[in-house]
Order: sequence, then C-alpha cells, then structure tokens
Amino acid sequence: MPEQLFFTIEVILNGLMAGVLYSLVALGFVLIYKASGIFNYAQGVMALFAAMTLVGIMEGRIPFAHLINAILGTKIHHFGWHVNAVLALILTMGVMLLLAWLVQKVIFKHLVNQEGIILFMATIGLAYFLEGVGDLMWGGDIKMLDVGIPQGLNLWIDETTYNMFDYGFFIDNLDIYATVIAAILVFVLVGFSQYTKQGRAMRAVADDHQAALSVGVSLNFIWIMVWTLAGFVALVAGIVWGTKSGVQFSLSLIALKALPVLMLGGFTSIPGAIVGGLIIGVGEKLFEFAVGPLIGGATENWFAYVLALLFLVFRPQGLFGEKIIERV
Amino acid sequence: MLYREAGDFSTTYREDNQTFPIRFDRYRYYAVMLIAFLVIPFFVNDYWVNAIFLPFLIYSIAALGLNILTGYCGQVSLGTGGFMAVGAYAVYKLMTAFPDISVLIHIVLAGGVTALVGILFGLPSLRIKGFYLAVATLAAQFFLVWVFNRIPWFYNYSASGQINAPERTFLGFTVTGAETKAWVAYLVCLVFVTISAIVARNMTRGALGRSWMAIRDMDIAAEIIGVNPLKAKLSAFAISSFFVGISGALYFSVYLGAVEVGEVFGINKSFLVLFMIIIGGLGSVFGSFIGAAFLVLLPVLLKNVLVGYFGWQTDVAAHLEFMIIGGLIVWFLIVEPHGLAQLWRLGKEKLRTWPFPY
Repeated sequence: MPEQLFFTIEVILNGLMAGVLYSLVALGFVLIYKASGIFNYAQGVMALFAAMTLVGIMEGRIPFAHLINAILGTKIHHFGWHVNAVLALILTMGVMLLLAWLVQKVIFKHLVNQEGIILFMATIGLAYFLEGVGDLMWGGDIKMLDVGIPQGLNLWIDETTYNMFDYGFFIDNLDIYATVIAAILVFVLVGFSQYTKQGRAMRAVADDHQAALSVGVSLNFIWIMVWTLAGFVALVAGIVWGTKSGVQFSLSLIALKALPVLMLGGFTSIPGAIVGGLIIGVGEKLFEFAVGPLIGGATENWFAYVLALLFLVFRPQGLFGEKIIERV
Repeated sequence: MLYREAGDFSTTYREDNQTFPIRFDRYRYYAVMLIAFLVIPFFVNDYWVNAIFLPFLIYSIAALGLNILTGYCGQVSLGTGGFMAVGAYAVYKLMTAFPDISVLIHIVLAGGVTALVGILFGLPSLRIKGFYLAVATLAAQFFLVWVFNRIPWFYNYSASGQINAPERTFLGFTVTGAETKAWVAYLVCLVFVTISAIVARNMTRGALGRSWMAIRDMDIAAEIIGVNPLKAKLSAFAISSFFVGISGALYFSVYLGAVEVGEVFGINKSFLVLFMIIIGGLGSVFGSFIGAAFLVLLPVLLKNVLVGYFGWQTDVAAHLEFMIIGGLIVWFLIVEPHGLAQLWRLGKEKLRTWPFPY
C-alpha cells in the first residue's frame, strides 16, 4: 500500500510542477487582459516565436533565409557564428520589445473601444500571422534549445527519498528549475506592479482607462509596456518548454493549455493564474493516473477544459475573478 | 439602368417580402442557380470538383451554421471542428448500421444528431458569456475529438482507427465511395447547400432570427423586452450545429471518403470556419459563401502561383499562406468588420443610385 501512496504523491508533485508551467503561460494572458481588456490568444505563439528567435540568434541563422533563397536562388543558411546565450537573450528581448511596439502601433491602436470578442478574434489572426512569420524567418524544423538548464532525473532527491522511505521519487531537474524561475518571475512582476512608477500606472490603467488617462497616464505607453512584459513572460515560458520538448509548432499549443487555467482562476487575477495552474496540473495528472486507463487514456487533452467548464457553470467569473456585474 | 426598383411594384405581401426585391437581383439569382445546376455539372472534371467546388460547397454549409451562431446570435464558438466530427461519425454509424436506407436521409439525420450534441454543449451559454464561452466551446472541440479517437464503437473497431465511407447509391448513381463521379458528388453537395441557404435565409429574417439578433445586440435588454434567452440561445446552437453536422457528414462521406478524426476535424478546422465568416461577413448568408470561397481559393491560388509558377518550396508557400490569412483577418477586423459581404452591399447600394447618387 505505501508503494501506491508514494506513487500518488509523486503524481501530485509532478502535477504541481506541470501546473507551474501552465501558470507561466497564463501569467502573460492575465497581464495583457488586466491592462487592456484584450484576451490574447497569441500568447502561445509568442512563446514559440520568442524561443525560435532565441535559437535562431544563438545558432547564427540568417532571418528569412528560406524566403531569400526562394526569391534570389541563393543558398544561404547561417552567418557562421555562434552567439553567447546571455547576449542572445538580450537580443531576443529586444525583438520582443519591437514586436510589442508593432502590435500596438499596427493593430490594437486601431481597435480601441471595440468589443472584447472582436479583439479576441484579432489576436487569433495575430497568432496565425506570427506563426507564419516565425516559420518563414527561422525555418519550420524542430530546433533544440540549450541555454544551460539541466535536464533529467534529480539524483539527489531520488537517493534521499529512497533512503528515507524505500521509494525513490522521480522528479525532473528541469521542472525544479522551472518552478524556481516561475516563482522569481511572479515576485518580480508583483514587485514591479506594486513598487514602481510604471507599475502603478499599469494598475491605474487596469482599474479605469479614462480616469488613468485624465491624470496623465499614457495609455499607449502602458499598452506597449504590457505587451513587452507579456513578451518577456512568453520568452521565459518558451525557454522552459523549448528546453523540455524542443522548439517546434506544438509549443504554440501551450496557449490552449493555459486557457482553462485562466477560466478556472479568473482572467483578471495573477494569484488566480497560479492557483488555477496548480489545480489543473494536479487534476489532470491525477485523473489520467486514476481514471485514464479505464477509459482509454490521453485524457490530458480535454480534462482541463471539462473541469473548467463544470467549474464555470457554478462560478462564472472563475475563482479569483472580479464579480461580473451587468448593466443595461 | 438595369439595377433599379423603379417600376417594380409589389401588389401582394408575398412579393413585398421576397428575398431579392430588385428584379435584376432576382434574375441574377436565377441565372446563378441555372449555371450551378445545369451548366457546371457538364463541364467539371475531377480536379476542379475535388480542389475547389466540393470544399467550397461543404465549407459554405459549415460557415452558414457558424454564422447563425456567431454572426446572428453572437455566441462565438471554437468547437466547429468537433461538431463536424459528430456529423461525420453519425453518418458513418448510420450508414453501416442501416445500409438499406438512402444515404441522403442519413446525412440529414446526422445533422439532427449533431443538433442534439450542440444543445448539450450550448447549455453553459446560459450561464457564461463572451470569451469565457468561446473557451468553453473549446471543451467541446477537444472532448469530441478525443471521444471519436478513443472509443472503438464509433469507428466500428476498425484496426486503423479510421472511418471509411462504404459505397452507397442514390437513384442508381454512386454517391459515396471511391467510384463516385465528380459531377454526382458536386450535385449532391449543391442540393444540400441550396436548401441550407434558403432555410437559413428565411429563418434569420423571421421571428427566430430576430430573437437571435436581439440576444446578440444586448442580451439583458432582449430578455427585458420578452425574448426568451433559453429558447433563443439553444435554438441557435441546435440549428447551427445541424448545419455544421450536415457539412461534416458531407465532408466525410462525399468528399474525403476516409477520415482520421484528429487530423481532419482538429482545432484548425474550427479556426478556418471562423475565419471564413469573419472575412465573409458576420451575420450575412451571402458572407458565409463568399468567405468560404475566399479561403478555399486562396491556398489553391497561392500554391499554383508560388509553387507552380515561381517554383518555390511548398513549405515556404505554406508559411506565407499562414501570414497572409492572419494578416487578412486583422486587416478585415480593422478596416471592414462586416467583411466582404458589406463591400458587396455597399457596391450594390452605389449601383442602385448610379449615376445620380444624391
């Protein structure tokens, strides 16, 4: 019996860590939604794009090489240098900043005051566009990302727990690092929004656009800043997920994993994103472990959605969301 | 001088209420019908039917269905692919279980089955709204695809997990299976499209359609003036799913013949149909058609021009296609939120008053 019990605990622990990764993506959503009311479906593709850019810069690939080759008939692929990971990271952050600026300038400046659902559909269009650009820029092949995060079984935990309980816990090093990174990220974000001038302005905008505008907060600046922040969060998520399973198209599907997390936690709440992520992570791992084998397995694809759906029927604004008040 | 209502007097209420009040429009409509039914079937070959006509007709039905739900009733759904899968598997089960009944009846019944599933997944819409609902419909998408992938009963325990359309005939002509003639498949789809369009058009301008539009424009206000949201929302889900189910059934039985559910009815299909109605025009029957035509033709055109003419690699062309579609969606939402149908409407309005617009 203890064997079973330990195994369950292991499943829960792994679920918690998977949940942290979901929260990481969900955080980016919450940031943009709070500040601008845009529900950004493109967050997952942004993570993919960021990770692709990072790999591309590190390996010294030439942007749009395939397109240039196709038009000019040349055969260029690499600059022939390798860029240091830290430098590449900084360059990628620059690219995400540029992207945020472009998104605000070209798209959402023109969609101010539109209904939320129109903005949502615009971000779906943005997601398709970014996906095309990313593939065209860096090639559609599966890339390996290695920025020095260790991977594989954590031997220390395995041995210690084996000595203590006669049962070695299998926990991936990468998951531990991801948890630490996510925790740091949350602290930095909370610190930023609570204790800096820009953070205060961001909260003011989230509270009431017009009031913020009337006391001299530049909406345009805040929105670009928020998209940049979301881009950085996407970069972090992209690095963690990219290290785990390679940088490829499926990376963009993590957005689909983050949506039920948001529904559960509420679109407007950072703690909600984290708690929602943990609930979904543990829930889907436990369900797969306990019920999955009986009904054919691979329940992870939909369990989160159905859980969130059932949950929403009883609490339409999510766990931590603001109460929905409707007026005519 | 052709495009005028001048001199065209309605003497009965029937005439006053017709779909095309302008005589020229009416004749144009008859001409399109005539060409579609009596000219095209004699001139089509396999390539044209399989690459353009069948996908266009079938997606038109799906777009019509989604347009009823999203364009008329305002409930964004990202589960279209899942509902199409329901239609496909329902028609498959019916075809194999009752081989003696005509396949066309099965296709309609498959629509009915999908309508029931649609009502089931539409129930949360009474509680949750906006993108909470959009995300909730994703639950339908993933859950349904998973069900058809994992429960062997749905694919009759076949080893590959695929479903294959058995050969069925109607009036002596093969309608499904590998032996189907191109023009037969075309005509079957055309009949379904025509009936769907007429039904949809008349539904959306009647009491039911008005209650949908009231819910779309402001649901609380609609409730206060006496529109029953339960009835309006669930009927929109049911009728929308009915059309989507028929299109899924046709897509599987007449067009593809063999289906692997995760590939064919995945989330991308949901987005594709959603894009069709955004580009074509939300809340417009004609928009569903023009949007479907646009998104069916665009990849064919791009492929022919970029790969066939310039000799680019296929993957570069595919990536460009993604970029163009994404860019177009954003562009349409910014510049013309009512889509191509609105441009058409504006053009007709201009033509009606030409050459003296004031």
